Amino acid sequence: MSETSLLPLIVASAFIGCLIPALLARFGRGMGALGAAGVMAGCLALLAPLIPAVLAGEALVTAYAWLPGYGLDLAFRLDGLGLLFCLLILGIGLLVVLYAYYYLPGGHVRLPHPNPLPHPQGVSPPGLAAKPLNPARQAGEGANESLREISNHGDRLGRFYTLLLLFMAAMLGVVLSENLLLLVVFWEVTSISSFLLIAYKREQRESRIAARMALAVTGGGGLALLAGVLLLGHIAGSYELSVVLAEGERIREHSLYAPMLILILLGAFTKSAQFPFHFWLPNAMAAPTPVSAYLHSATMVKAGVFLLARLHPALAGSGLWFWLVSGVGAVTLVYAAYTAFHRYDLKGLLAYSTISHLGLITLLFGLDTPLSVVAGVFHIINHAIFKASLFMAAGIVDHECGTRDMRRVNGLFKFMPITATLAIVAAASMAGVPLLNGFLSKEMFFTETVGHPVFEEMRWLLPLFATLAGMLAVAYSSRFIHDVFFNGDPIDLPRQPHEPPRWMRAPVEVLVVLCLLVGIFPQWSVAPLLGAAAGAALQAPLPAFELAVWHGFNLPFVMSLVALAGGITLYALRKPLFALHDRLPSVHAHIAFERFYEGLTSLAHSIVNWLDNSSLQRYLALFIVFVLSLGGWAWLSGPPAVAAAAYQPADAAAFAALATLIVGALGATLLHRQRLTAIVFASVVGLVVALAFVRFSAPDLALTQLAVEVVTIVLLLLALHYLPQTTPAEDSGPRLARDAALAVGAGAGLGAASFAMMTSPFETISGFYLAQSLPGGGGANAVNVILVDFRGFDTLGEITVLAMVGLAAHALLDRLALTAPGRDSDGRPWARERHPLFLSMLMRPLLPLALAVSVFILLRGHNLPGGGFVAGLVTGVALVLQYLASGIDFAQPRLPRHKAKLLALGLLLAGGTGAASWLFGRPFLTSAHGHAALPLIGEIELASAMVFDLGVYVVVVTVVLMVLAQLGRLSRHGFPEKCGEAA
Amino acid sequence: MEAVVAIAIGMLTACGVFLLLRARTFPVVLGLTLLSYGVNLFLFASGRLRLDAPPLIQAGAAYTDPLPQALVLTAIVIGFGMTAYLLMLALRALAESGDDHVDGRMKP
Repeated sequence: MSETSLLPLIVASAFIGCLIPALLARFGRGMGALGAAGVMAGCLALLAPLIPAVLAGEALVTAYAWLPGYGLDLAFRLDGLGLLFCLLILGIGLLVVLYAYYYLPGGHVRLPHPNPLPHPQGVSPPGLAAKPLNPARQAGEGANESLREISNHGDRLGRFYTLLLLFMAAMLGVVLSENLLLLVVFWEVTSISSFLLIAYKREQRESRIAARMALAVTGGGGLALLAGVLLLGHIAGSYELSVVLAEGERIREHSLYAPMLILILLGAFTKSAQFPFHFWLPNAMAAPTPVSAYLHSATMVKAGVFLLARLHPALAGSGLWFWLVSGVGAVTLVYAAYTAFHRYDLKGLLAYSTISHLGLITLLFGLDTPLSVVAGVFHIINHAIFKASLFMAAGIVDHECGTRDMRRVNGLFKFMPITATLAIVAAASMAGVPLLNGFLSKEMFFTETVGHPVFEEMRWLLPLFATLAGMLAVAYSSRFIHDVFFNGDPIDLPRQPHEPPRWMRAPVEVLVVLCLLVGIFPQWSVAPLLGAAAGAALQAPLPAFELAVWHGFNLPFVMSLVALAGGITLYALRKPLFALHDRLPSVHAHIAFERFYEGLTSLAHSIVNWLDNSSLQRYLALFIVFVLSLGGWAWLSGPPAVAAAAYQPADAAAFAALATLIVGALGATLLHRQRLTAIVFASVVGLVVALAFVRFSAPDLALTQLAVEVVTIVLLLLALHYLPQTTPAEDSGPRLARDAALAVGAGAGLGAASFAMMTSPFETISGFYLAQSLPGGGGANAVNVILVDFRGFDTLGEITVLAMVGLAAHALLDRLALTAPGRDSDGRPWARERHPLFLSMLMRPLLPLALAVSVFILLRGHNLPGGGFVAGLVTGVALVLQYLASGIDFAQPRLPRHKAKLLALGLLLAGGTGAASWLFGRPFLTSAHGHAALPLIGEIELASAMVFDLGVYVVVVTVVLMVLAQLGRLSRHGFPEKCGEAA
Repeated sequence: MEAVVAIAIGMLTACGVFLLLRARTFPVVLGLTLLSYGVNLFLFASGRLRLDAPPLIQAGAAYTDPLPQALVLTAIVIGFGMTAYLLMLALRALAESGDDHVDGRMKP
């Protein structure tokens, strides 16, 4: 196995490994944690053999085709940047697994009740119950999370670890992707899995709202990222990073560069909680603290800055990049630092400080000098280390005190001196105190602000800004240290604080030791990894830089000193500053977002309720409106109609037919409430249409129309027997006017369209059919040959549909009991003589005649007007007449009982004829033809297609019989008895 | 002649649409029938109007376009199937709800 094939294996084993904690958790919570740790350790072990090559500056790439047509391949890449993130994800992940084991309740707290079902509230979808937020409550200053979650944890530790691993797997996918589309796929998985993690305490409304907000913001950003990546792939000609990163020059000069850059940055900024998308992150503190420590310090929020680093060679180097990225980063840096200083909630402070540090990293990538990129990558490492330890320390405080409100949590140093020392060191690193890792990257940041090439004119601006940000960082770090661990005594804590369990503190200890190691021995500890990662982010030779604690007494060092002194002064002045802050108008971006979200959903609900009011009339009217607007739009925007064809002159007969048709259609419409009358009018229309077919050289159509007309009218009459004879006058005037307008619009539209069509130049595609009808299909009737031969497959589908209608007749009407009214609409009883002798005597001899005619039509169909459809309808009509004349009791026993079998026979005949051509090695439905001499009839042309037509015939006859016989059978339930009663 | 056919198509469509929008099942079925006539004529007209030129192959004759005819022939038969199906649905709905309103309920 080659080394690079380990890459997909790492990602795959992480995804598959997700299931392990869920399966193991049933054997005890320790097993769940062990399983999760095992998966992470396994991934680390798979990664280990690749590390030396990557540290030497290699980029390992491997690819498997997935959807090559879309440019989406399972392509993975491990370079310095990816390795750095893998180590962060897996290393901090391991610590979080250990920490969560102690943090989350379940092992040492037993539930009083045995009910393992989740809380009913927890099951309800988060979006439905939401109402506008209460700002005071939303601030959530120090709400105790660990007390509340004890009440219904159930068997949730397994779920927690599974989600954590799923998230980890997705993050590994993001940082190991070589293919940009694949990266977006994993990116979306991180959004979804973090949604599930934030909503871990799903019975709490704040958790659900926070999770939804995080998903909406980061998921929306993910969509923008997808669009941006598609554009980027379009510009670069490939989605492979190796290609894209080398195409920077061409990408920046492309006309689509600006929209592409903005879309991709939207993705990065939402994920990394940059202003103005920062508000989801403080809310996401509703998640359990291990999640915050993992997602909101080391991993997920770093995905955004990872993307900046990853695509830096391809996208950076333009003015747009500089102003957008450094501008957003700078605003975020200062705004969030200021807000962090004013928070009372321990986790809230950390959340805003995280946003601020992410802003710093963004700013560093935006400054866009080689050294600032190195500093950005370095700060990613340092921030992950100290912020994870700070979150864990805050979690310990919360866990031990029962609250994390800094107005109550004071003077903890004497209760938990070890934890306090650890937290103080980590916070000092956050403040940028020398000998700690945070100091090093902050010094690099200060160095880069001094003399940045873009600010030649105002060279004092950037350093001043940086110093201000540094002061604020010192101020909130001081607050974290002094408020929590000193500052008097605790006030009214729910629990008596003490040191946490030994191993709960261990992860913090590891991270703090790392802070010191990196801070004191940078060259020895972090330099190789940083060099490889920064080299990968730059895709260029590394600039010369020296990782040392002491660079001499220079301007950046002075800035650090000023920041330290200024920050401590700020903290000392906190009381008047807080009072001032309270008088400022407060802006709650998350509340504004929530209002917007609520408004949007209620708007969507009202639109859906208006459209979908479960009225078929409404649907149909909307549909017609939609079709009319589409048609109108096409009409107005299309090219003008070209009238090229010569018109056919109209004669008196045509006008007479038109007049008859109009009378029929209008009569049926205006008098539709008198249903019987309307049927009569409608039948006139059908006859005129049949005549029109005769006139315009379509004898087959005329025959079919005539036969269908008869069957349809009989059908309508039979159905009307059971339905009300009249329609009540219930439509309001406006409704009638609306429908009339729609009807006129539709009629005028289709009429105009057909006129334009008929008078436009005409080029037929039917030359082939006409030329091949006789030699190829063996029939002179081109229409019939098309139906049974050229386009026989269509016809096969069509008779299948018809067969379904027949079966539906059985399914819908069998054993249906409908009673027909005993009297007609005028209150007269039906005639007592149901089957007049005259009619039945006349019809019986007619049957063989009609059958002979239909056989004749069937046989001649291939050459002359006729065919299976018409013949089937004629036979059907003849049989139906027997029903009408002599009654169902006469007709039923004389006809085949199992009509469904007949249907099958017809379909088999048609399908079998088609399949038979396989026997001769020809495609489905290839026809053969020849001549045969029949006695009496003479020579006829025989084609295999005629057997197909026979199948059509059988199906049509059977369907007509099934439908009408089912309707007729209803009358046996209803009509005679009622009639007897009425008489 | 084209104008005559176009007017006929428009008329049938308008009447069909108006009836389709009614609240009771029977007018809807009737409207569907009328609309089918109109649409069939429209499809047929896409092959243009030719007099005395049936597509029956003979020596030296002129033919109209057979393809729209074949399509319309199947459309007529399918239209019949649809009408039948709709009628059966209407009967079933009447039996189930005791009412012939298309929404399965009386207007309030």
